Amino acid sequence: MSESQDFVSRRTMLKTAGATLGAAAFARALAPVAEVVEELGAEEFLQKHYREMTPAELEVVLRRIEADALENYGAEVHVRDVRPREGVQFGYALNLSVCIGCRRCADACHRENNHDRRTNQSYIRVLEMQQGSFDMEHGDATYDHAVPQPGKYYMPVQCQQCDNPPCVDVCPVEATWKERDGIVVVDYDWCIGCRYCEAACPYHARRFNWEAPEIPAEEVNPDQAYLSNRIRPQGVMEKCTFCLHRTREGRLPACLEACPTGARVFGNLLDPSSEIRWVLANKRVFVLKEELGTRPRFFYFFDE
Amino acid sequence: MELAISIGAVVLAACGPDPDIIAWRAGLGASTERSPEAEAALFPTTIHEPPELTSITTSDGVPGTACATCHSIAGVTPESRATSADEVGGPHAGLRFAHGSNTCGACHASDDPTSLRLADGRALPMREAMTLCAQCHGPQYRDYQHGSHGGMRGHWDRSVGPRERNHCVDCHDPHAPRYPSFRPMPPPRDRVAPVVPRHEGAPRHE
Ligand code: SF4
Ligand code: SF4
Repeated sequence: MSESQDFVSRRTMLKTAGATLGAAAFARALAPVAEVVEELGAEEFLQKHYREMTPAELEVVLRRIEADALENYGAEVHVRDVRPREGVQFGYALNLSVCIGCRRCADACHRENNHDRRTNQSYIRVLEMQQGSFDMEHGDATYDHAVPQPGKYYMPVQCQQCDNPPCVDVCPVEATWKERDGIVVVDYDWCIGCRYCEAACPYHARRFNWEAPEIPAEEVNPDQAYLSNRIRPQGVMEKCTFCLHRTREGRLPACLEACPTGARVFGNLLDPSSEIRWVLANKRVFVLKEELGTRPRFFYFFDE
Repeated sequence: MELAISIGAVVLAACGPDPDIIAWRAGLGASTERSPEAEAALFPTTIHEPPELTSITTSDGVPGTACATCHSIAGVTPESRATSADEVGGPHAGLRFAHGSNTCGACHASDDPTSLRLADGRALPMREAMTLCAQCHGPQYRDYQHGSHGGMRGHWDRSVGPRERNHCVDCHDPHAPRYPSFRPMPPPRDRVAPVVPRHEGAPRHE
């Protein structure tokens, strides 16, 4: 997809989609957000697609988002635009032999990415798995007992940043796309909340904001980026961004830093001396639901 | 391990049109060690020093008691043949000991209580305990050196900033190294059912 491509305006798109799908079906698809769309300010509605904005236009938008955070959350935040770095392709691997299912990663994600406190939302679900089974659909994400349990192992699942992402293909307005460094992002101001991508993702990695997240002012993480952890509006889709506001500046993702066991390995796939490349070359790695052809950049392995 | 989903061939075969994607997928099977010069040009990786390396919780419950508190007194030396802390007694009484059939002297130097002892008899400062652990736990040490065992913080890109790594003793009590079981962080309270209902238990609905 070329960067200079013209983006259909959301209004035109809504009209076209309405005609294709049939008005009733489309209205149903949009039902959860109908009221939000109505309430959307004119400024936001007229805002251009992220990839079409000039630096000056983007600057205005970033400051507006900061002002909104102050008004709605009482929090002083700094929202940046962080671009991919040349020569960097991100990859992530997870050692299932050492993961103990403690959910510290999910909790760190929750706090880093300004998730809703009440629902304890996170981009990571840690699945408790029966030893010998590799079918993530049989994993239990809601276990609430001491870990690790005998006979079980733990498989954290988050966005696999697929190289062939079905979520991107189904988006009717191109509100989600794959960036040059491999990270799949969402323009929350462009997303119409139809939830097609949520249905298309085989890894249950996308989350819908049924309500605007509730976060006490003092708990808001002020270090934010437009494409990652800024506070999402109601009625839009969100997902793991490999903490791009951290990782594009060379830092480790929040979930990795929180992991006490070192189950998580992150780095640049183009650097042959990176830890991630060592894992790919020396461990028997596998990907989830490989048969679907999504080509994930998230790898799992066991110690031999 | 019988994994039906073996990756290599299939992933390598399926390449997207993006040259960077082709590049990284083609490189999947190869990795190189960083040269000493390249390593020296980077920000450092430091290893955290857990307080447990030089202090204990005594049998009467005083945490953070430095080993030197007692062991600097002449004549207070460890008993190298002891197989449990109870045999040593004193402040070590009741220390849980579950590390195979090792005796105290397998790791501790009997003539210098502040030092460890390698298998070949050489003394090793406490803070370098990892070298001692590595004598028996080679695969774990190899994985540690390649960043796939043991927690870390800081930068993946050490041309930008430093990194801090955990020490073995941050997670493993050397006297009872098995990671203890404990309460995880609370589960999500999503509005939609998380993943799928299990076969056992009540079905979960919104
Ligand atoms: S894991 Fe799901 S959300 Fe992530 S890129 Fe793949 S299909 Fe999209
Ligand atoms: S923090 Fe690490 S050990 Fe704990 S559940 Fe997450 S990956 Fe597993």
